[in-house]
Amino acid sequence: MVVDQDLVRHLSESSVSVELETEDMTLNIGPQHPSTHGVLRLVARVDGERAFDVQPVIGYMHRGYEKLSEVRTYPQITTLVNRIDWVSGYANEVPFIVAAEKLMEIEVPERAQYIRLILSEMARISSHLIFMASYPLELGAATPLFFALRERERVLDLLEGVTGGRFHPNFNRIGGVKPAYGSGSSTRKVIQDLPAGFLAETRAAMDKVTEAVDEIEALVAGNEIILARTKGVGVLPREVAASYGVSGPNLRASGVRFDLRKVESYLPYDRFDFEIPTGENGDCWDRWHVRLLEIRQSVRIIQQAIDGIPSGPLQAKVPKVIKVPKGETYVRAENPKGEMGYYLVSNGGQGPYRLKIRSASFSNISILPWILEGVLVPDIIAIMGSLDFVLGDVDR
Amino acid sequence: MSQFITDLFSNFWVSLAGKLLLAALVVPLVGMVIGFAEMKLSAKMQARVGPYFAGGRWGWAQLIADGVKFFQKEDLIPVEADKPVFKVAPVLVLVSTVALLVVIPFGPDLAFRDLSVGIFFALAISSLSTVGILMAGWSSANKYSLMGGLRAAGQLIAYELPLVLAVVGSVILAGTMSLSGIVEAQIEAGYPYVIVQFIGFGIFLVAALAELTRIPFDMPIAESELVMGYLTEYSGFRFLFFFLAEFANMFSLSAIASTLFLGGYWLPGIPEDTLVYAGPIILLAKTFLLVFVMIWFRWTFPRFREDQLQSIAWKWLIPLALVNIAATAVFKVFL
Repeated sequence: MVVDQDLVRHLSESSVSVELETEDMTLNIGPQHPSTHGVLRLVARVDGERAFDVQPVIGYMHRGYEKLSEVRTYPQITTLVNRIDWVSGYANEVPFIVAAEKLMEIEVPERAQYIRLILSEMARISSHLIFMASYPLELGAATPLFFALRERERVLDLLEGVTGGRFHPNFNRIGGVKPAYGSGSSTRKVIQDLPAGFLAETRAAMDKVTEAVDEIEALVAGNEIILARTKGVGVLPREVAASYGVSGPNLRASGVRFDLRKVESYLPYDRFDFEIPTGENGDCWDRWHVRLLEIRQSVRIIQQAIDGIPSGPLQAKVPKVIKVPKGETYVRAENPKGEMGYYLVSNGGQGPYRLKIRSASFSNISILPWILEGVLVPDIIAIMGSLDFVLGDVDR
Repeated sequence: MSQFITDLFSNFWVSLAGKLLLAALVVPLVGMVIGFAEMKLSAKMQARVGPYFAGGRWGWAQLIADGVKFFQKEDLIPVEADKPVFKVAPVLVLVSTVALLVVIPFGPDLAFRDLSVGIFFALAISSLSTVGILMAGWSSANKYSLMGGLRAAGQLIAYELPLVLAVVGSVILAGTMSLSGIVEAQIEAGYPYVIVQFIGFGIFLVAALAELTRIPFDMPIAESELVMGYLTEYSGFRFLFFFLAEFANMFSLSAIASTLFLGGYWLPGIPEDTLVYAGPIILLAKTFLLVFVMIWFRWTFPRFREDQLQSIAWKWLIPLALVNIAATAVFKVFL
């Protein structure tokens, strides 16, 4: 009997190469899911606990603000823009107003600029405290949430005292700021100014926030499980972060020392002494830690601003009907979530001809398919949470 | 009259029915007490008030109201679900919980049934609940449920071993597998076994937490990842079954831990003839102490990742438990 040696070899090889293959499962995370911070949808191909090819699907939160602002007047648009990143609504207004003022060549009074700066930093603190609250929750620890939200309430109360709104202050006017009706000192002749005792209360609140940040650090940073879950997870190298346009604390956690507060001059940050905290590895832990350190720096800035706030008017002289001269400009600001910019094109009318909004979260989550490739399902949540995005900021 | 009652209860079937009724009553009662404790304690830890209005004072009736609410809910079963399995799963989980209570001695001669292989029975029956969880996850026709169920299965295999191995030390010391026998051996020795079996006690607690799928080992539920894991599709009274089973299981495993390691119904310095009355109170006190520790963990720790959980079990707990057994055996033979 003649044995076909080739056939035997083929058969023996084929029997070895047969492997147990399992079918991949497509897992839809969102749009309704506890930890997608709104209506983000991730379509992930999962093999057991490992996820491949994670594609974010956005647009569920689209409200058309860029288009809407073409049919609104400039003062009306502040109500739209502070709904973009609703966790730090105040900080969204500033760059837009500054862009309009830049085209109109208005000199904003010093006091108004200081008030804007103080409130912007308070918005940063409240946004970062939300992160401090929600991130441990995503890792399964429910308790830090309540401690962080309690402190955030102090900051929001102060914001509300000045502006009348906790989330949507609608406080900036072109040429200055406009405190809520009835606020201001009763002993002075100024009718509308900061509420009486605001500065002293802010100082006290900042001390409380510093205490709370220490408490949160002790509660979270000393926890072995948190360290095991975040160290070395979701590493974002600085080159990748920069090439994807990641900005804000996420970029700084990757070790890039870049902060628009030091670079741009939309608010007088150059008069204050503060540091830019950066991370080393760009992992989830660094992103958490950078935000914690940023709260401390914001407290420092606010304390210095309270010490140095000048007196004077809150509003520059502006025409009754605001018309922005023809031209275009781009103003960007360091928002709590990252770089927020407004590209404003004016035709000389009462509203913008075109307003392009560059929001931080949109660019920050463009990293998701890259960073989520081949991670475990629990790490999807840990990484997604550490990027700290808001869906209103993604979709506009 | 009293003769009649004695006769009545010496009838096997009557006494069985009575015991069954009692065991079935313990589960909702204990579930409610622990559930309420969890609500109030977590509120305390999180600077909240917790339930306040139900029942008029301190919200004591909150869980009764919740239970009534669950029974009013529509009985929802997903269209795609494997209906019989979906229906049996919560019952299986609850039954294993009730069966676990059977062997716990609440005092001298005060157990529903004092089996000679008591601890063996308890460990075997407690793993039945994980089968129920796997069934729930598989039959729900939901991807999150499926992942939760499979995680539970992996967790069971990994943590059943340290749980059993942790118990072996106490069994070697006592020379019996009967839970009453182990308590009696501790009375005879004059000290609770935790003094020599502290490693075993620690391993037992950790493995029990994993067995109960509670934080830091609650991956099968993992709200932030898997929505509610194997519970995602359950609502109404079927959800209530799981809910009660979790709390009752906490109670049973804590009671077993205090029986094995903390001297059960016995406390050093208490005269032995009063144990008939004081025993249940002492055991309950120890049990609720352990339950408190579990609740404390739940609201303090984040959760591990699935692979970290496995490496803790296989790389740390099992070798440690084996070393503990070897050391105990040496201790028993040479000392």
